[in-house]
Amino acid sequence: MNIEIAVFFIFAFFLIISSIGVITINNPVKSAINLVFAFFSSAVLWLLLNAEFLSIILILVYVGAVMVLFLFVVMMLDINISQAKEGFVKYFPIGLIVFISIAGLLSFFFYNQFENSNNNIITEINILGEDNTKNLGYVLYTEYILAFEIAAMLLLLGIISAITLTQQKNSENKYQNPSHQVNANKKERLSVIKDEENKL
Amino acid sequence: MNSLNTFINIFLEIIIVVIPLFLIVAYTTYSERKIIGFMQSRMGPMRVGPSGIFQPIADVIKLFTKEVIIPSNANTGLFLTAPIIMLVPSLLVWSVIPLSEYFVISNINAGLLFILALTSLSVYGVILAGWASNSKYAFLGSMRSAAQIIAYEIAMGFALVGVLMAAGSLNLQEIIISQRGGLFSWYWLPLFPLFIIYLIAGIAETNRAPFDVSEGESEIVAGFHVEYSGVAFAMFFLAEYMNIILISILVTIMFFGGWLSPFENSFLEIYFTWIPGFIWISVKTLFFIFLFLWLRATLPRYRYDQIMRLGWKVFLPITIIWIFLEGIMIYYKVGPWFIL
Repeated sequence: MNIEIAVFFIFAFFLIISSIGVITINNPVKSAINLVFAFFSSAVLWLLLNAEFLSIILILVYVGAVMVLFLFVVMMLDINISQAKEGFVKYFPIGLIVFISIAGLLSFFFYNQFENSNNNIITEINILGEDNTKNLGYVLYTEYILAFEIAAMLLLLGIISAITLTQQKNSENKYQNPSHQVNANKKERLSVIKDEENKL
Repeated sequence: MNSLNTFINIFLEIIIVVIPLFLIVAYTTYSERKIIGFMQSRMGPMRVGPSGIFQPIADVIKLFTKEVIIPSNANTGLFLTAPIIMLVPSLLVWSVIPLSEYFVISNINAGLLFILALTSLSVYGVILAGWASNSKYAFLGSMRSAAQIIAYEIAMGFALVGVLMAAGSLNLQEIIISQRGGLFSWYWLPLFPLFIIYLIAGIAETNRAPFDVSEGESEIVAGFHVEYSGVAFAMFFLAEYMNIILISILVTIMFFGGWLSPFENSFLEIYFTWIPGFIWISVKTLFFIFLFLWLRATLPRYRYDQIMRLGWKVFLPITIIWIFLEGIMIYYKVGPWFIL
């Protein structure tokens, strides 16, 4: 139990520090890496809540795939920090309003939620023993099947639209036809020319 | 007091796994040089000790006494953390690998997912190393490698989905136990396309020949670790070989029955019961490590667009179709895909 509390505080501290780092560090690559650490620490916190499937999926999907692409893009971009920071004072009040409203809503929601709950959410869906992954799969494919399928359709739509958007510029496409390449042979490519004039 | 005991126990178990692992890594480098040497009619290392047997130790001493040179204008912090990010996940994964029927440091339920999550982290080491060294070649190498790792990780994940569907569990020990029944009931036969895809994707994930475009000596010098020297380079080296051993042992666990004896359910079974599971898993793993070295000596490097095509347009559709077929088989309870 003591170890769990220690782990919680260490990773909660990491989470807060790295989240602050994401928005304050000037170097975009470094702030992306801070976001990676933030995801990682929150995955550890979820693990402490016995949500092992969700925490591992958070690392697998967000850290292992999404953030890699993020980092990819950020590295390629040449971001001018001073330009991006322009008008900080001008937009500060709007940011403050957004911050206060989000923080207020979230804390209101959490306060109400934890007042009324019996803190036994995990045991409620405990149908097939203590294995969290199996429970989650069971609930997803029975009770929430419709929401699950809708989410899958939305993702499919996202994939298709992303592909169609990138495939619009046909002129820049340097596609190589693999069957054409494989079928290339010596007869078509090579021809021996006899140079009679400069014969050695 | 009790928690202190468990702590010491876990620490000892970690040492039991990690120290031999480092030794195996050292001698994998030696055997790589020897095997490729023999395949190319050379002798390999011969000078240090009899038949060059102490060569890896000499290499370690050499690497540890060299200076770590930090390039000018490199991002020092990231430059030095990249090798650590590369090394730590490939060490952490060993905590869930079952080495025999009795020995596994942590027998967690979602072992398969844990492995997938951790192996997906090592790509950061490559990207950050390339970006932080402030060098064109390193950056090109890391870009190539990152795109390649992402492409093959998906095929790899889908191949493992096939395994977990057949086994009905994410726990590695249960996956091994579900393959019981001798050589022909291991998953390499019922899941043959997935086994081939997993093996090839594993080779691509570790950036080994013939998929070693991230190093590509003839084009970009040494790829993402071109600016590294001394201990920092040694860590990349260590991580690469540790990943080779890891992929070999994972292929063994997922498709070749882990610590199971190949002679179960046959007349030979009684003659081989005295061999412990650890020996079986070691022999199978060593075979796949040998396969890695064999491929490096045999095959030329793939062209980059061919690697991408293979990953996205060949492997991904095959795995998806195979998972679909397997699902139908399991639904209609057709063996050997359906077990219970």
